[in-house]
Amino acid sequence: MHSSSQTLNGSEIFFECLRRENVEYIFGYPGGSLLKVYETLYDIKDIKHILVRHEQGATHMAEGYARATGKPGVVLVTSGPGATNTVTGIANAYMDSSPMVVFTGQVPSSLIGNDAFQEADIVGITRSITKHNFLVKDVKELAITIRKAFFLATNGRPGPVLIDMPKDILNASCAFHWPETVEIRGFKPTITCHINQVEKAAHKIAKAKRPLLYVGGGVISAEASEELRAFAIQQNIPVTMTLQGLGAFPGNHPLSMGMLGMHGTYWSNQAVNACDVLIAVGARFDDRVTGKIETFAPDAYIIHNDIDPTNVDKNIMVDLPIVGDAKDFLATLLKETPKTVENRDSWLADIQSWRKQCPLTYNKEDGALRTEFVIDEVSRQTEGNAVVVTDVGQHQMWTSQYYTFRNPRSIITSGGLGTMGFGLPAAIGAAFGISDRPVVLFCGDGGIMMNIQELVTAVHYKTPIKIFLINNSFLGMVRQWQELFHKEKYSFTDLAESNPDFVKVAEAFNCKALLADTPESAKAAIKEALAYNEGPVLVDFRVMKKDMVFPMVPAGGSISDMLLARLNPKTMV
Amino acid sequence: MKHIISVLVENKFGTLNRVATMFSARGFNLASISIGETEYPEISRMTIVTFADDQIINQVIKQLNRLVDTIKVTDLTKQPHVERELLLMTLKLSKTQQHEIFELINVFKGKVVDIKQKSITIEVIGSPDKINTTIDIFKPYGIKELARSGAVAIHRGE
Repeated sequence: MHSSSQTLNGSEIFFECLRRENVEYIFGYPGGSLLKVYETLYDIKDIKHILVRHEQGATHMAEGYARATGKPGVVLVTSGPGATNTVTGIANAYMDSSPMVVFTGQVPSSLIGNDAFQEADIVGITRSITKHNFLVKDVKELAITIRKAFFLATNGRPGPVLIDMPKDILNASCAFHWPETVEIRGFKPTITCHINQVEKAAHKIAKAKRPLLYVGGGVISAEASEELRAFAIQQNIPVTMTLQGLGAFPGNHPLSMGMLGMHGTYWSNQAVNACDVLIAVGARFDDRVTGKIETFAPDAYIIHNDIDPTNVDKNIMVDLPIVGDAKDFLATLLKETPKTVENRDSWLADIQSWRKQCPLTYNKEDGALRTEFVIDEVSRQTEGNAVVVTDVGQHQMWTSQYYTFRNPRSIITSGGLGTMGFGLPAAIGAAFGISDRPVVLFCGDGGIMMNIQELVTAVHYKTPIKIFLINNSFLGMVRQWQELFHKEKYSFTDLAESNPDFVKVAEAFNCKALLADTPESAKAAIKEALAYNEGPVLVDFRVMKKDMVFPMVPAGGSISDMLLARLNPKTMV
Repeated sequence: MKHIISVLVENKFGTLNRVATMFSARGFNLASISIGETEYPEISRMTIVTFADDQIINQVIKQLNRLVDTIKVTDLTKQPHVERELLLMTLKLSKTQQHEIFELINVFKGKVVDIKQKSITIEVIGSPDKINTTIDIFKPYGIKELARSGAVAIHRGE
C-alpha cells in the first residue's frame, strides 16, 4: 500500500483507492483509453482482475458478486463501445438497487466533444440509470471521486455509480491523498426511522386481526433478515415476499407464504386481498406485484417502510409512510409492539385453506420432463441452501415458486429491468464471491445465447457454477402471453429450428456438459453436476415445450382475474 | 395546479441536465426552468415552474431531493414569495401606431432598450401572468421576436 502524499500517476491512484476500498475483484476488459491502467495492473497481485468477453458480462458479473456478498461490484471498461456496452448492466443494477462502481476510460480531455475515436458521452448516456456519475477533470480529484463513488453506491438505497476517467488523467501525476471521511451535502439518506411513526405502526399491528408482511429486496440489502424473522414469529404474522425478497424469510417456515404478485402463490394474493394491515418493508409496490392499483389490498391499512422516500406514495398511496433502513425499522418495531399477540388463528386458518385450495402443483404422472420438476429436484438436492441465479422468463418464475429459499442473498435475478442474458455472467460473479455454497443457474435457451460468450470466462477461471439450461426451444414467457392474450400467434418465439446443440456448444468452450430429457436422467444429471467442482458444468434439460406458469394475474388485473390453469386444454402438448 | 420550486444545486457542469433528464424520464411537466449563480459561487439556484397535482408534486420534490447535486428543495407556492420574469420583445414600428405603442410601454412599466427605423425592442419585468398579458396586448401591433427568461422566485424576507 502506498503511503499518503507520495506522488503517483492516475493509474496508480486508481488501484490505491480500490485497495483502500477493500476491492477483491475487478470485472473488466482492456482497451485504448485504459492502456496505462492495464500497464499498472500487470504487476498488481492483491486485486484480482477477471477478464470477461463482453463488457455487458462484466456488469452482470459485478452485480452477481454484489448481490451474493453485499459488497460493491467493480467494473473496468474502456471508452466508447466499452462504455456503451455496460449500459444494460448499469440499468439492471439501478432497477434492482445493487451496489456497483463502474469505471470507464475516456478519450483525452483535450479531445472530449470532438467525436474522437472511441468517444462516447457515457456520463450523459448513463445519467438516468446511475445513482450518480462523475467525469474526472483533474488527477487531483481522482481519489476523492472514487471515495465518493463507493460511498454513494453503498449508502442509502444501493445502486450503480459511474466514473469516467480521461486518458490524460490516468497518465498525469499528483501527490496521493486518501480522504478518510467523505461529506456530500446533497446526499443524506435517512437511516433511523421516525420513532413516532414506528410507534404508530406498532399500535396498528398490535390490534390487527389479519396482518400481512410484504417484504422486498430492501430487507436483504439492509441485512435485516434476522430482525424480520424475530418480528414475524413473535407477532405470528405471515410473510409474503417479492421476487427480490425471497430468502429474507425462510421459505420452509410455516409463516412463509412464498412470492406474491403476477406469478405469486394463490394464497399470497388472496391474503393481500383480505388483510387488514399490510406491512410493506423494503418493497416498492411494483406493477408486477400490485396488478390493478385500485383493487390492491382494498381493506388494508398500509404501512410502508423504505429507505428511498421516492418509493413512498409513488405507485400506491399509503396510510403510514416510514422512511428509513429496514433493519432499524424492524428492530424498533420488534421493541415497540406489545408481546401479547392478538389471536390470529382464524387468519392463519384462512391462509391454510387457500393453500390447500390451490397448491403449487404440476403433472408428475405422464413421465415428461418439466421445469418445475428440475427446480424442485435442485431445491431438494441442495436443501434450499444454494445461491440460485436465474435469467428472465418462465424458468425465473418457476424458480420463485419451486425453489425453497432458506437464506437471504440466495436469489440473484433480474427483477426490475428483466434482462435476458443476465443469468450466466451474474452466476459467474456470484461464484467469485461465494465459496461455501453451490452457485446454481437456471437459464432459458433464449437467454443463455445473449451472453453465451461468458462461458469462456467461467471455463478459464474454473468457476464451479452449475448451469441448468431449461431448454424448451421457445421464448417461453412470450409464448405464454401469445397463447393467452395474442390469438396464439407465436410470432418469432419458436427457437427449435435455430437453436444450437447446447451440449456441443458447451463442449466447444471446454465446458463439461450433460443432457437430460426424462425425470430420471434429470435427477442423475443434477446429482452429477452438483458433485462436479472442477469448473462450470452445463446440463441441457429438454423440457416440455408448451408448459405455462400459473397462477397468473394478467398485467393490470385484479386478484379476481387470477388464472389458475390453461383454459383451453387442446393446446397442451 | 401551478408550483414554483426553488432548488439550490451544486454549480457543476451537468447539473441542469440531471434535473431536466429527471423531469423527462419521470414524465413530469416542466413549464420553465431558470438557473443562475447565488451569492456563493459554488451554488446555483434553479427556479422551476411545473403544473402538477398534490401526489405528483410530492414525487417531483422527492425526486429532486434524491439527485446528489441538489442541496435544498423548497416549494415556494404556498409560502410568501416574489416571482418575476423578464420579457424582451421586438415590435414592428410604424409611424401611425408609434404613439399607442409608447403609451402601452408605459402602462406595463416597460423600458425601451433599442429602437430602429422600423422596430423597437422593449423589456418588461413582472409576474408570468403580467408577461402573458403584455404579450397579448402587443400582439396586434406585430411582434417580430420575443424571449422570456422563465420565472425566478425567492422567499419574501422576514
